Amino acid sequence: MTFLSFLISGISLGSIYAIIALGYTMVYGIAKMLNFAHGDVIMVGAYICFYATSRYELPPLVGVILAIIVCTILGIVIERLAYKPLRAAPILAVLITAIGVSYFLQNAALLLWSSNPKVFPSVVSSGNIPLFGGQLTISYVTLVTILACVVIMVALVWFTNKTKMGKAMRACSEDKGAAQLMGINVNGTISLTFAIGSGLAAIAGVLLCSAYPTLVPTTGAMPGIKAFTAAVFGGIGSIPGAMLGGILLGIIEIFAKAYISTQLSDAIVFAVLILVLIIRPAGLLGKQIREKV
Amino acid sequence: MKKKLLSLALAGVMVLGLCACGGETTDETSTEGTETTSTAQGAAFKIGGTGPLTGSAAIYGIAAKNGAQIAVDEINALGGDIQFELRYEDDVHDAEKAVNAYNTLKDWGMQLSLGSVTSKPAEATSVENYSDRIFALTPSASSVATIEGKDNVFQMCFADPNQGAASAQYISEKQLGTKIAVIWKNDDVYSKGIHETFLEKAEELGLEVVSDTTFADGNDTDFSVQLSDAQSKGADLVFLPMYYQPASLILAQAKNMNYSPKWFGVDGMDGILTMEGFDATLAEGVMLLTPFNADAEDEKTQNFVKTYQEKFGEVPNQFAADAYDCVYAYYEALTNAKATPDMDASTLCDLMIQQFTSMTFSGLTGTEVTWDATGAVSKDPKGMVIENGAYVGLD
Amino acid sequence: MKKRIRWNKTTRNNYITYAVVILAFVVMQAMVSAGSISSTLKGMLVPICAYVVMAISLNLTVGILGELSLGHAGFMSVGAFTGVTAAVALSNHVSSGPVLLIVGMVVGALFAALIGFLIGIPVLRLKGDYLAIVTLAFGEIIKGIFNNLYVGLDSSGLHMSLLSDKTNLDEAGQMVIGGPMGLETIPKVATFPIGVLLVLVSLVIIFHLVGSRAGRAIMAVRDNRIAAESIGINVTKYKLMAFTVSAALAGAAGTLFAMNYSTLVANKFDFNTSILILVFVVLGGLGNMLGSIIAATALTILPEALRQFSDYRMLVYAIVLILVMLATNNDTFKAFLARLIPGRKKNEKEVV
Repeated sequence: MTFLSFLISGISLGSIYAIIALGYTMVYGIAKMLNFAHGDVIMVGAYICFYATSRYELPPLVGVILAIIVCTILGIVIERLAYKPLRAAPILAVLITAIGVSYFLQNAALLLWSSNPKVFPSVVSSGNIPLFGGQLTISYVTLVTILACVVIMVALVWFTNKTKMGKAMRACSEDKGAAQLMGINVNGTISLTFAIGSGLAAIAGVLLCSAYPTLVPTTGAMPGIKAFTAAVFGGIGSIPGAMLGGILLGIIEIFAKAYISTQLSDAIVFAVLILVLIIRPAGLLGKQIREKV
Repeated sequence: MKKKLLSLALAGVMVLGLCACGGETTDETSTEGTETTSTAQGAAFKIGGTGPLTGSAAIYGIAAKNGAQIAVDEINALGGDIQFELRYEDDVHDAEKAVNAYNTLKDWGMQLSLGSVTSKPAEATSVENYSDRIFALTPSASSVATIEGKDNVFQMCFADPNQGAASAQYISEKQLGTKIAVIWKNDDVYSKGIHETFLEKAEELGLEVVSDTTFADGNDTDFSVQLSDAQSKGADLVFLPMYYQPASLILAQAKNMNYSPKWFGVDGMDGILTMEGFDATLAEGVMLLTPFNADAEDEKTQNFVKTYQEKFGEVPNQFAADAYDCVYAYYEALTNAKATPDMDASTLCDLMIQQFTSMTFSGLTGTEVTWDATGAVSKDPKGMVIENGAYVGLD
Repeated sequence: MKKRIRWNKTTRNNYITYAVVILAFVVMQAMVSAGSISSTLKGMLVPICAYVVMAISLNLTVGILGELSLGHAGFMSVGAFTGVTAAVALSNHVSSGPVLLIVGMVVGALFAALIGFLIGIPVLRLKGDYLAIVTLAFGEIIKGIFNNLYVGLDSSGLHMSLLSDKTNLDEAGQMVIGGPMGLETIPKVATFPIGVLLVLVSLVIIFHLVGSRAGRAIMAVRDNRIAAESIGINVTKYKLMAFTVSAALAGAAGTLFAMNYSTLVANKFDFNTSILILVFVVLGGLGNMLGSIIAATALTILPEALRQFSDYRMLVYAIVLILVMLATNNDTFKAFLARLIPGRKKNEKEVV
C-alpha cells in the first residue's frame, strides 16, 4: 500500500514536471533552442495568478486566464527583443541570452514582488478522494494536474498534426529554409510557438504552486531544470515524450527518496538519466536520426 | 576577431569603472535609494555588513539590512555623540561573493562589521575580520565555525548546537513526545548543525528518534516520502530544524495526508505566520524556540514592528530584530568605551572585545544578554506555541 | 636590410596571449606592491585566475572539440575537494604554502582527469544537447556526492564515510570534508603569482595540444566527424583526450580557487557556476583563448563594479549580458566595428 501511495506522489510530482516539459519541448522542437528562461516565465505566471486571486480577490479561473494572457504576451516580447535578433547567430549565443533573460526575470521579480515568500491559494479546491477505504488518497490538485497534462498533450499533438499552423510549425522544425520557400512565415511561426509555450508555462506555474504552495522569485528555477531533464529524458522535441519523461522523472525521484536515500535522491535521478541516455541516446521516444554522409 | 575587440573594450570599461567606483565609494553614505538615510553630522562610525540581498536567500539579508537601518536611523536621530553610517553589500549567500563584498566595505573604510547574515559566507568573512582586526558582531550567522578561534567575532544569535541541545532538552523535560521524527535540510549548515546536536542530546536524554530524513535545495517541494516515513513509524512529534519556507510546505502536505503530530521548530521557523496568504490553522499548535516574537506586548518590540511596517510594508522577522539589536549593542559598547569615530578599526576592535566580554545588553531578542570570550552569546530562548494564529509563550 | 621574422597567424596570436597575461600580471603586481590597488580588486586576483583557467579549459571542450558541456563546475569541484584534502593531509609535514598549493593542484588535476576520463568513455558517444544534459547531470551527481561525503584526518590517516559522519576521529583529528558543511579548514595559501603561473601553464598545454597533430585531429572531428572517421582518425580517442585535458585543468583551477578561501561548500559548484563559465567562453569567442581570458576577467569584475547600483545590481548585470550577446551578433554593429579597425574584416563573411 505504501508502494501505491508513493507511486501516486510520484505521478503527482511528475505530472507537474511533465506540464513544464511540454513547454520546453515545444520551443525546442521548433526554435532548436534551450529556453532556460522558461522556468522563470512559470514563476511570473504564478505571481500574476497570486495577485489576481489573493490581492484583488478575482475568481481563480479569471486569475488563471489573466496569468495565461500576461505570460503569452511576455513570451512574445522576450522572443521579439532577445531571441529574434539572434536568429542567424550560433545556438550557444541564444543559450546565453536565454540565461540572461532568466536572470533578468528573477531579479525583476525580486524587486517587484520582494523576496518574502507568498503562500499560493490553490486554484483547485483542496480535498482528497479516498481509495480502498481511506488507505490511499489522491488530492484534487493531483487529479487536475494529470488531467490538464493529458488534455494539453492531446491538444498539442492534434494541433501540430492536423492544423495548418501546426503543420507550418513542423515544417519549420524540419527545415527552416525550405519552409520559407514554401511560403511559410517562419518568424511568425516561431513567435506563435513562443506564445503557446509561454501560455503553457502560466498553466504550469499555477498548477505547480497549487500543489506546492510556496511562491518566491526563484520558484521556477529548479523545476525548470528538472523539466528540461524530463524533456531530454523523453526525447526532446517529442510531445508525448515530454509527458512520459516528466512522469517517469517524478516517480523515480520519489522512489529514490523512499527506497534508497533521501540524501542522494537527486544524484540517483540524474544517474538514471545518464543510464537511459547511454542506452537510448535520443531519449525514450526521441527520433533516432540516421546520419547521412 | 570582432568579439575579441569587443571584449577588450568591455574589459577596459570595466577596469575604468572599477577604479572610478573604488575612488568614489569612500564618501558615499548609503547606496540605498528607497530609504532615507539620515547622514550623521560630522564624523560617524562606519558599520558594514554583507548578506544575501538577491538570490534565493535574499529574504534574510534584506531583513537584516532593514532592521539595522532602523536602528541606525533611530540612533542618528537622537543626535548624540555617537552617529552611524550603515552600508550593506550583497553576497548572494556565497562565500566567494561575501569576501568580495567584505573587501568593498573595507575599501569604503568600514570600522565595525556586522559580519555576514548567513552562516557559510560568515565563516569566510570572519576569517578576514580576524586577520584585518576589524571587530564583527554577526546578527544571525549561527554556525560554530563562524566564531571558532577568532577573538574578535561575536554572535547575536544562538549557536546552532545550543539550539539543537536546547530543543531536545525542552522536548524531554516537557514530555512532548515519545517517538520523534526529524526532517532536516541536508545541504544547509544551519539545519545540519542543529540536527547533529539534537540527535546527540536526544540519545543522552533517552528520547527515541524513529525517523530521520532529509531534503536538499533541488528537491524541497515534495515531502510525501519524509512524512510517510514519520507517519508509518508512528512518530508523535516531528522536529523541523529549518527555515519557515519549507516548513510551511511540510505542514500543508501533512494536513493533506491527515497526519497531525506535534510540530517542533527552531528560530528559523519564526516568520511562518507573516507569510502572505498563509493559512494560520496549519500552524496551530506548532512549538518553537525563538528569541524574537513580533507579537510581543512590550513597547520596544511594538515600536520596532510598527516602524518596520511603515518603512518596508512587512512584519519583521528574527533576522531584522537580531540586526537591530546588533546596532544597539554597538551603540552601548561604544558609549561605554567612550570611543570616537576617528579611532581606527583595530583600536576599536580591542575596545569592543573588552566591552562585549564584560557588558550586559538588553534588546528585542533577549534581556540580560552576555557574551563569553569565544564570542558566543548567552540568552534565554523563549518557548512559543502558536495558538489561534498568534504566538503564546510556553513556560 | 631588415630581417622580418614571419610567424604564422596562430603562433602570433599565441604569443599575443602570453604577452597579455604577463603584462597584466606585471601591472597588477606593481600596483599591489605600490599599494595603489583596492582591497576588492586585490581579493579578486586569485579567483580571476581560477575562472580564467576554467574558461580556457572549457573552451577546449566547447570551442576546439565542439561539444557543449554544462557540468564543467563538476570537475572544478572534484579538483577543489581532492586537492584540498591532499594539501591538508600534507600540511603536517610541509609548511611551505606554495608547495602545498602546487601539490594540491597536481592532485586535484589528476583526480579530475581520472573522473573526466571515466565519464568521458560512455558520455562522449552522445551528441549535442544530449551530451549537454548528461554533463549537467554529472555536475549534479558530483554535487550530491560531495554534499554527503565525510573525510577526516587523524594520526592514523584519512577516514572516509558516505551519508553520515562515521569517521570516528581520535582527539587530534580534524574534519576535512564535513558533508554539507563542505571543506571546513582550508589552508589559505593561494597566491596571485601561482595563479598566473597556472594560467600560463594551462595556455602552454592548450596551445601545444591545439597546434599538434592531435589538435588537428580534434578539430577535424569537430568540423566533420564522419569525414574524420573515414580518413582513419580515432574519434573516441581524440575526444577523450581533449575532454580529459580540459577536466584536469579545471581540477587544478578548482584547487586554486578553494585554497583562496577558508571554507567552501559543494553547492558552490552547481549548475549556475557551470553556466557562468560557459558565458565566459561564448562571450570571449569559441576557440579564442585570449577572448576567454578577457571575458572571464571582465565578467568576474562586472558584478563588483556594479555595486553602486545597489539593489538593481543583478538586474543591470542581466541586461548587460543580453545586450552584449545581441551586440556581438548584430551585423550592423559588426560592420561598425569593422570600419573602426580597418583591414580586419576580411574573410569574415564568406560563409553564408
